[in-house]
Amino acid sequence: MSETTITVSETRRSWKDVDLRAVAPFVALAVLLAFGTIVNPNFIGIDNLLNVLTRSAFIAIIAVGATFVISAGGLDLSVGSMSAFVAGTMILFMNSGAVEGNLAMLATAMVFAMGVGALCGLANGLTTTIGRIEPFIVTLGTMGIFRALTIYLAEGGSIAMRAPDLRALYRPVYFGNIFGVPVPILVIIVVAVIAAFLLYRTSFGRHVIAVGSNEDVARYSGISVERVRTLTYIIQGLCVAIAVLVYVPRLGAATPTTGLLWELQAITAVVIGGTALRGGVGRVWGTVCGAVILEVVGNIMVLSDLVSEYLIGAVQGAIIIVAMLVQRSLSRRR
Amino acid sequence: MTHSPLLAANSLFKAFGPIEVLRNIELEICSGEVHAIIGENGAGKSTLMKLLSGHLQPTRGSLSINGEKVALVGPVDAEKRGIVLVHQEILLAPDLTVAQNIFLGRELKRGFTVDDRAMNAGARDAMRSLGADIDPTRVVGRLSIAQRQLVQIARALLVPHQLVIFDEPTASLTPVETEALLNVIHGIRAKGVAVLYISHRLAEVKAIADRVTVLRDGQLVTTRDAAELEPVDMARLMVGRDVSKLYPDHAARESEEKVLEAEHFSVPGYVKDASFYLRKGEILGFAGLIGAGRTELMEGVVGLRPSRGTLRQNGMSVRFNNARESMDAGIVYLSEDRKGRGLLLAQDLRTNLTLASLKKFTRGPLIDKAAETAALDNAIVEFDIRTRRKDLLAGQLSGGNQQKLLLAKMMLLSPRIVIIDEPTRGIDIGTKEQIYKFIARLAESGLSVIVISSEMPELIGICDRIYVMRESRVVAEVTGERMNESEIVVHATGATFEEAALVAETA
Repeated sequence: MSETTITVSETRRSWKDVDLRAVAPFVALAVLLAFGTIVNPNFIGIDNLLNVLTRSAFIAIIAVGATFVISAGGLDLSVGSMSAFVAGTMILFMNSGAVEGNLAMLATAMVFAMGVGALCGLANGLTTTIGRIEPFIVTLGTMGIFRALTIYLAEGGSIAMRAPDLRALYRPVYFGNIFGVPVPILVIIVVAVIAAFLLYRTSFGRHVIAVGSNEDVARYSGISVERVRTLTYIIQGLCVAIAVLVYVPRLGAATPTTGLLWELQAITAVVIGGTALRGGVGRVWGTVCGAVILEVVGNIMVLSDLVSEYLIGAVQGAIIIVAMLVQRSLSRRR
Repeated sequence: MTHSPLLAANSLFKAFGPIEVLRNIELEICSGEVHAIIGENGAGKSTLMKLLSGHLQPTRGSLSINGEKVALVGPVDAEKRGIVLVHQEILLAPDLTVAQNIFLGRELKRGFTVDDRAMNAGARDAMRSLGADIDPTRVVGRLSIAQRQLVQIARALLVPHQLVIFDEPTASLTPVETEALLNVIHGIRAKGVAVLYISHRLAEVKAIADRVTVLRDGQLVTTRDAAELEPVDMARLMVGRDVSKLYPDHAARESEEKVLEAEHFSVPGYVKDASFYLRKGEILGFAGLIGAGRTELMEGVVGLRPSRGTLRQNGMSVRFNNARESMDAGIVYLSEDRKGRGLLLAQDLRTNLTLASLKKFTRGPLIDKAAETAALDNAIVEFDIRTRRKDLLAGQLSGGNQQKLLLAKMMLLSPRIVIIDEPTRGIDIGTKEQIYKFIARLAESGLSVIVISSEMPELIGICDRIYVMRESRVVAEVTGERMNESEIVVHATGATFEEAALVAETA
């Protein structure tokens, strides 16, 4: 029957153009991996790759949170400063010795950090939604506030963990591994799985996409736009806190330069991953892939002599622009 | 009428991929005539217009201007040859002034700076020649829709032109404004310019056109003198069958049970002291000019705008703070702005369908996608949503199908009261008929329906009772014999009966 043939051919066409944008970041990553191998055979070694993935953890985890904020049509520039602030307060809390016993102390400190992160996100969320201020402006403001508070708490220097046995206990969270897989990589996977579940399978995720797609339609459909937006900022705060949990054992300190320019890298990862900056499209796994791409590019630059590694920032900047161009051309083809 | 046509289309074909949207179109447009093109949505009107104005190029066939074969490579080329298009959507920068908009992209200059004085004077002249007296230094965002339309027309007419194409210019105008616009078009014709006029409103076509061309399914059905055709003939030619019975039979049920009552209800800035009631099983109309506050009143009722005053549902005092609360109380509101407030154009049909009633489609924290897909299949059948594929985006549907999807979306909430704002705006006559039938069915099944519409025949055709609003107030209630156009126009405009009769005749 002619009708059946039409359906078949059209389904095939739709399969192609829908998936192209979602697949693009993974294709880019594969190309980079191949390129890296050609430039320096050591690159593809399992140790190097695990190392690269481990180092992408902070940005990947934060960027997963940013995927929610951006999909809902928001923006958070404060994540870098927030990381420093959460790390600083967490270390101060641990140094205060408020809880008896190292393990109990560590657990409480982790909960404390998550709480601080959530509160920072709540502050961003309520100021943008209830205050009706552009998220760009709000988070530009809180970016300065969080950074200054960290420097103030550190009295201009750095905040370091004092108790050596607590440091030793905490160390495996960054340096340890489970069945050969470094803990930070496992954290990325767990965070991304939860995030993907939230965004793709729950009504909250559907509401996030609806709000980012068209705020008015969402409101007229009985969705509380303010509540959804605020929740995305809280999720962002929680993701920042989780990234900090992995970050603190690495150096055991927070400094005024902790998290510097992380917001740019997180937004870059989100955009490379195929999430639309204007909202309405969210790709969790694309975001993770984007964060890995950023780290892989840096790694290739270190391992090769093609471009000075001082130019990493410039290359990452170029990548976000190229990613946007590719997204644009793919969306035109639809 | 001159013998050699100004613009002629010679067996035009246009295909998008394998789909042929226009077949073998032969058309002649002469100077000094108003030539109307009518047809249902999807008949190919807008494609034809885009071919004539250079926005698209024909797959086969050719165009000739004054007997000379031309290929229009783009809208700029078409403008150079004197063909200008007045778009249906308002394409103006809301933050610029009238003069700045009219001269946008072709600013008058004096040395290196723009010559504001000359442009303001030019804009004032352009507006005056359209019979409008709008201060050229006013910001466009503060003008009414009708005034913006005039600015847009003035902008189009600024280039030397032989043919002006109007794409549904009256779609969002009130009868009085429509009347004024038709006069403007008369003026343009009187200067010996050819006018191509695309519209859904057949009475208007009858009033203004010299000749009428009917398109159906991408083919030209006929071109006739407008004098030979009555609106009902035009409708028959468009649809290809008899449509004299557009409005369904609907007998008002004698139920005195009031399901919704508003007393001294105000929406600050838009509605003052409105009182009305809605009975069970009733279709209640709200008539009035655009800007009279009808939409805002209903948005106030369902909690989309802050409001004051008393609202009673089934005799109990209620107040809704947002759309969710009114939905939970069984009241849904379908916005007049389908594209901006009704549907997520960039999302697929399924997402749109279940958006307002997502709770029904979750099991624990999970969305049940299979149930959603089943609901979509159901809606497609029940509401006759015509879609090539089920994974299409809402923005890819035609206006009529978008309205059906929006209806389906809101009906998933199993409401008791349905408020529909401009149910058939921008929708072709075949789909209109379906929507009227649907509204009548709702009322027969015991639901209560409120219809806001600027099309008076529509309100009179389907409603049991009509309230008329003027300048933020509910000024009248008309029923039975008094439910006629001149009565409603009198209340809506505050005009006298003689003036109203004139407007009603031409609208």
